Amino acid sequence: MNKLSVDHLLGIKSLSKNDIELIFKTANHFKEVINRPIKKVPTLRDITIANLFFENSTRTKVSFELAQKRLGADVINFSSSSSSLKKGESLIDTVNNILAMKVDMIVIRHPNPGSSILLSKNTESCIINAGDGAHEHPTQALLDSFSLYEKFGDLKGKNILIIGDILHSRVALSNIYTLNTLGANIKISCPLSLVPKEIESLNVTIETDIDKALKWSDAVNVLRVQKERMIKTYFPNDREYSMLFGLDLNRLNKIKKDIIIMHPGPINRGVEITSNIVDSNNSIILDQVENGVAIRMAVIYLLASKLNISIK
Amino acid sequence: MPKEILLDSNKIEIILSRLVCQLIENHKDFNNTVLIGLQPRGVFLFDEIIKIFKDKYSYLEFNSGKLDITFFRDDFRRSDKTLSANTTNINFSIENKNVVLIDDVLFTGRSIKAAMTSIDTYGRPKSIELLVLVDRRFKREMPIEPNYCGVKIDTLMGDKVKVEWNKVGKNTVFIEN
Repeated sequence: MNKLSVDHLLGIKSLSKNDIELIFKTANHFKEVINRPIKKVPTLRDITIANLFFENSTRTKVSFELAQKRLGADVINFSSSSSSLKKGESLIDTVNNILAMKVDMIVIRHPNPGSSILLSKNTESCIINAGDGAHEHPTQALLDSFSLYEKFGDLKGKNILIIGDILHSRVALSNIYTLNTLGANIKISCPLSLVPKEIESLNVTIETDIDKALKWSDAVNVLRVQKERMIKTYFPNDREYSMLFGLDLNRLNKIKKDIIIMHPGPINRGVEITSNIVDSNNSIILDQVENGVAIRMAVIYLLASKLNISIK
Repeated sequence: MPKEILLDSNKIEIILSRLVCQLIENHKDFNNTVLIGLQPRGVFLFDEIIKIFKDKYSYLEFNSGKLDITFFRDDFRRSDKTLSANTTNINFSIENKNVVLIDDVLFTGRSIKAAMTSIDTYGRPKSIELLVLVDRRFKREMPIEPNYCGVKIDTLMGDKVKVEWNKVGKNTVFIEN
């Protein structure tokens, strides 16, 4: 199959294995494109994309914008601080107004889970979810798995450990869906207060002893503690979290095994991971950032392919 | 579907040797020339040509690569089909180089137009030439002509010209109508 089974990218849950493999295959070609002396293709020259960010973002926003510009699309950016939502307009009305100006595709980040699904049902546009609350962040999970796939070839049977704030992380949930679809084994390691209910129903095992978990793993994805989403205290303090769940060189040296290190950013150096690991040879954190552009180009290209042009 | 064989293995071999000789005549030592095979079908012809260069003429040191034109095509979003890309493999700059594009069949000329735009992403070439095995003349939609041509044929719009490489050890060009 050379076509996605979906018309929007709302979450990994709605993607098949074929979809994910098609996105990876296409991203491979775009990775070659963005390493050419001239990194731009004219494919989407007649497409306009609006990036609606109702939550702060640096990496994802820049990555999406670069992906769109390298595909030749026209891009408009919109952030919540300057929007009419502050004046009481509903999300659907705001988006419909933008669409009335002949915009073809919407990339949305919003603090409310399900906001992109709401838009896909109530507006006539192709929607890409760039993170909806603690629900999903599909393009981040795709670029994480694509980076692993570049290292391992096939993720089937690989042991992937996710350390950090699983409860508030949309990255964790989307990663779990992706890794499950690709046949990897998944373990999470974090304080029990940060384990979501019924996470084990998603083929995930919990290991609170991080040293044991590291021994088991081929790759580890370290997530940030999302204090901005916490409405109560989940662990005593950063120092204790860092001692029990932080990744440092002593811990890695003890297990005498090369493990791939990933982090979706932003990194709190010294809390969940130390600087010497972030900058070590086993770290693929900057590969993840580069792959982010290629993955987003692939997703946008494949979804745009389904928007048939109406020139008669 | 009735098939008419246009070129058999022997004829193709003679033609390819001639095309290689013409390239050598024009480009001499290939110091400033690069050969580019166009994906997906042109790369088979490209491989055969590179083989002749190496086996018959001991040309081993020249730049060559494969180019995919998918993202430069002019029919994106014009059918229900998603255009699937193929691998591009060009690990050198083409700035100020003489580029020879290699494709199996020249028909409307639209692929070659896309290839000429696409190759610019690796630098500004000094010149671009085109080598094809089969030229379906009279069906051109762009002002494009080959510099090196195996055979010129006249076909109907509905005909399909296919080149089969290494099928049971044989190369064949045939027309289906």
